[in-house]
Parts: sequence; structure tokens; C-alpha cells
Amino acid sequence: MKNGGRDVYMVSGGVTKFTKSNPAMDFRLRTKKAFDYALNDIGISVKDIDGSVASYFSDHFQRQLMSGIMAQDYLALTPKPSKRVEGGGATGGLAFQTGVEEVASGRMDVCAVYGFETMSHVNTWKGNEFIALASDTNFDYPVGGFYTGYYAMMAVRHMHEYGTTVEQLAKVSVKNHGNALHNPYSQSPMKITVEDVRNSTMVSYPLTRLDVCTMSDGAAVAILASEEKAFEMSDHPVKITGIGTGTDTMRLSDRPFLKVPLLPNEKESDYKNLKYPGVHSFRAGRSAAIEAYRNAGITDPLEEIDAVELHDAYTSSEIQTYEDLGLCKYGEGGHFVEEGKADLNGKVSVNPSGGLLASGHPVGATGIMQSVFMFWQLQHSIKKHFKDDALQVKNAKRGLIHSHAGTGTYVTVSIMEAVK
Amino acid sequence: MTIDYDAKMPETQNGTEVYNTDPLIVKSSYEIDYIHSYAQDSEFFRALGKKKLMGSKCKSCGYVYATPRGHCMICGAETEWHQLPNEGRIHTFTTCYFGSEKFLPETPFNLIMVEFEGVDSLFMARLIGASLEDLKIGMKVRARFKRNLTFSPTDVYFVPQKE
Ligand SMILES: [Zn+2]
Repeated sequence: MKNGGRDVYMVSGGVTKFTKSNPAMDFRLRTKKAFDYALNDIGISVKDIDGSVASYFSDHFQRQLMSGIMAQDYLALTPKPSKRVEGGGATGGLAFQTGVEEVASGRMDVCAVYGFETMSHVNTWKGNEFIALASDTNFDYPVGGFYTGYYAMMAVRHMHEYGTTVEQLAKVSVKNHGNALHNPYSQSPMKITVEDVRNSTMVSYPLTRLDVCTMSDGAAVAILASEEKAFEMSDHPVKITGIGTGTDTMRLSDRPFLKVPLLPNEKESDYKNLKYPGVHSFRAGRSAAIEAYRNAGITDPLEEIDAVELHDAYTSSEIQTYEDLGLCKYGEGGHFVEEGKADLNGKVSVNPSGGLLASGHPVGATGIMQSVFMFWQLQHSIKKHFKDDALQVKNAKRGLIHSHAGTGTYVTVSIMEAVK
Repeated sequence: MTIDYDAKMPETQNGTEVYNTDPLIVKSSYEIDYIHSYAQDSEFFRALGKKKLMGSKCKSCGYVYATPRGHCMICGAETEWHQLPNEGRIHTFTTCYFGSEKFLPETPFNLIMVEFEGVDSLFMARLIGASLEDLKIGMKVRARFKRNLTFSPTDVYFVPQKE
């Protein structure tokens, strides 16, 4: 029941430290640093790379079109094959999956997926304007023009449907900023309390400054390989056992009110009166999970997945995503975090790296950063790369990475597994 | 054909704003006026001037959209214009205290999604006349229209309506 084609493995990765602004390096040099880290970690050279996928979200941030080829050029990868992949916040996840497809198809034996974003070239509010242009410019942008506003409305509806509380949202922030204290690559490690989150500046009710991720400069690189090359290059490759991608309408207002597409461990009677997805859930996230689980042979996600790196651009979207991924039933997301089930040493470790909230969110790099952190988790090499093993998830064998765009328009789920 | 071996560019006093010298960080400006066509959505914006809120209805499956679209997301068939009631209820809401640079001067503002009786999808709008503490899901609201149009979806906005 796998996706088809050849088996694909991740053999190495690299990430730059995400920062609010690092004008001393441009996106090419940052990508080069992450790329060289990945090559050096397994002692391979640029000659071993057959081609690449470039991942970045917005041309507006740098006012530079074709940044992809500039990175390709700077990495000494010309004239090898490459393409840019773009899909809003899910750009990194989509690019990662494109890399998987390049290897699975047999076109490449070794594919480098590199992602970057330099958001510091404009101020935060102009940056929010660029991001808001990723909403329908006829009907949504001129009215709201602010993604935190859109997500705030989803959070309010989630609270209405299920009784989710602002304190439960805040718990996500406390957990993720706290995890990041041990991640040297993270942008905003913080030891904070639920009160700190609630007392922080209100951005869009109910989301405060500490419920929302930041703008970042950063780059990340994942190296993918065929089985033969993977075991030649690495003693500890990690297998990509399933990928899934879902989509939904561009406009939040168009989301229908239907029945929940069920996971193998759910029944129709679980959701008798639930109108789905409405604006409280992400149908694209659920679709992506269904496809990825089918390919990876997962029937009970909470029992079969050890660690998750998911797209927590907002604390509320982490809670919404627990449910889409079937880590708990729809409506139980708030309790899930409150009961510590998503803690570093909880039932399933969710965002042990600190996630987007604390690691940062340089859009095109983000989904690839998740793959790198998960790769190190499954290799049990967190100590080597973080110089601290506090975040190493014990006995981590199977991980899930989740990348998410717009108001839930493109969502990717990829399953990664340790093979030894 | 004459070759000028002393050719020289004229000097200007334009200069460049510099924020830092190491690394060198300069100001770079970019401005553009778009010729934006509302194309098949045009009727929605024209109708606001007649105090009409126009959604659309699928000619094939009958799905009714509060936010109009030329073709149906369910079955792909063409839709026709369909007038919405002027009253609806709040499906969800927020108050934005910050926003994109373009909208920062308008903060704080209320954003709502409106549900209408007999309509299958929602409509996003601004709401005035109530503060965050007053906003409730299910609250009745009424569309009002600007007299002087800007041909933006903000030509319609909502206010609270007594039950
Ligand atoms: Zn239809």
C-alpha cells in the first residue's frame, strides 16, 4: 500500500540557526551553510548530488525573482536538474515530497531539497501584508488582510464547538517555547507560563503575541537517496514510508459543512452532530493524514507514532492539527495538550524542537527544518547536533512531519521511520 | 561612428539611504499600480452600489455561496448570481488589534464570518457598532452599504441587529 516507486531514504540534513534578522548572510550563503553541514555530516560532496528541489515562498520578501536558481548556482549544483516548488506555508513540505518523488521515480539517486526565506528585508507589518496576499485578493485580503485575524476566527469557532479554552491554547506556547530552550537552532527559546501568554499583547482575540509565530531568516537542507545509495552513504538512514497531501478551498468562507473523513480508528458515530470542516478544522490536514497513513500502514496514529513536528504557526492550529492527524478525536485537542499528552515525554512528543512558535518560521525552510529535526530524532543523533540530548525522544522509531499553508489550503504529512 | 575614449556618466545627487555599513544595508523602494480586473466577480462589486449583497447559486447542484464564485466547488458547473438576505448571524468573530501595514491605521477592527439562512457558505466582513465583549456567535447582524463606493468588499459592512 505504499506510495509507489522506489523506496526513499533521508541520509542527511542541515539547518541554520533561525533568527529575526541576520543581514550578514544572504539566502544563498545561509543555504550553502546548511548544505555543507549536511554534506559534511556524512562525508559526501556536491558531486554525489544528482539534482535538487528549491523551496521558498514569496518573491516579495526579497524582491528577487528566480531565487531558486541563485541558490542552485551558489551551491555549485548547476547544470544539474532542479525546480522550484511553492505552496505558501506548506512550501517546505511540498518540496520535501517533490524530492521524495524525484528519487522514487528513479530520475535521481540522490536529491538535495533546500529551503530558505529572508523575511527581514521588510518590517513585520509589511511582512504580514505580503503573507495576507496569500488570501483571495478580491474578497478576503481587502477585508481582513491579516492571517492572525483569520486564525483567530477559527480559534473562536473551535472554542465554541468544543469548549476549548484560551488556557489550553497557551499550554501549547508554554510547551513549545520550553522545548526550544534545549534547541540551539531555535529563534525564541523561553521559559514562560500560561499567565505570561495570556498577559502578552493581544494581537487578534483570542491570540496573543505568544500564541503566534515570528518572522525569521533561515535555511534548511534535506538530502534524500535511493536505498542503494542511502546505505552506501550513511550507517543510519531514515526511510520515508508514506507521504500524503491534502488541499482545500482558498477562501475560509467556502469551507463546507459535511461529514468527517474517517481514519481507521474512528467511527461515524464519533461525530454524529459535527459539521465538517467548517472553519474549526482543516480538511486538507485530515486528507493528507489519510493518504500518508494508508501508505505507511498506520491504523492507530497515537499508538504508532512516537514524535511529530507539526506546523504550529498559531497555538490554536497545533490543537486543530492534533485532531486532523487523529492523535485524538475531534474536540479533544484542548484536553490533549492540557493532559500533557503532547509533551516532550508525553504519549506522543509534539514539536520537541519547539515548532514554528519557538524555532522560527522562515517559510520555505520551515517544512525542511522539520524533516531535519525529525531525521536527527530517528537517528538518535540529537545530542550530536544539539550538543544536548534533553530533546531526544526516547525510543523514537516513527515520526510524522506536517506542513501547512494558508487557512489550511495545502497540507502535507510525511512519515519517517528509523530502519535500525 | 565615433568612439569617445573619455565617455563619462553624468553625476546625480540621488544618493541612497544607508542603514548600516557592515554589512552594507540600504533602502530599496518598490511601488506599483495594478490594473486589477474583478472579471467574473464584477457584478458583486457593482451590486453593492444598489445595496444588494450578491452570492451565487450552482445551476447544476443548487449549492448556494455567500461569497460568489463563477463555478461550483462541489461539481464544477457554472453558477448564477443569487441575492442574499441583508440579515444573517455571526458564525465566528475576532477583533484585530494589529494588522498588515496597509490596515494598521484601521485597527482595532472587528472581523466576522456571516452565515445566512438558506445559504451554504459564509461571508467575511467587518462589523462596527459593537466591541469584542458584545460579540457572540449566533448574534443577529445586518448589512449596511457605503454610499460612496470604493469598489472593495468593504463597501458592505455589518452592524448588530435587534432580535
Ligand atoms: Zn454544483
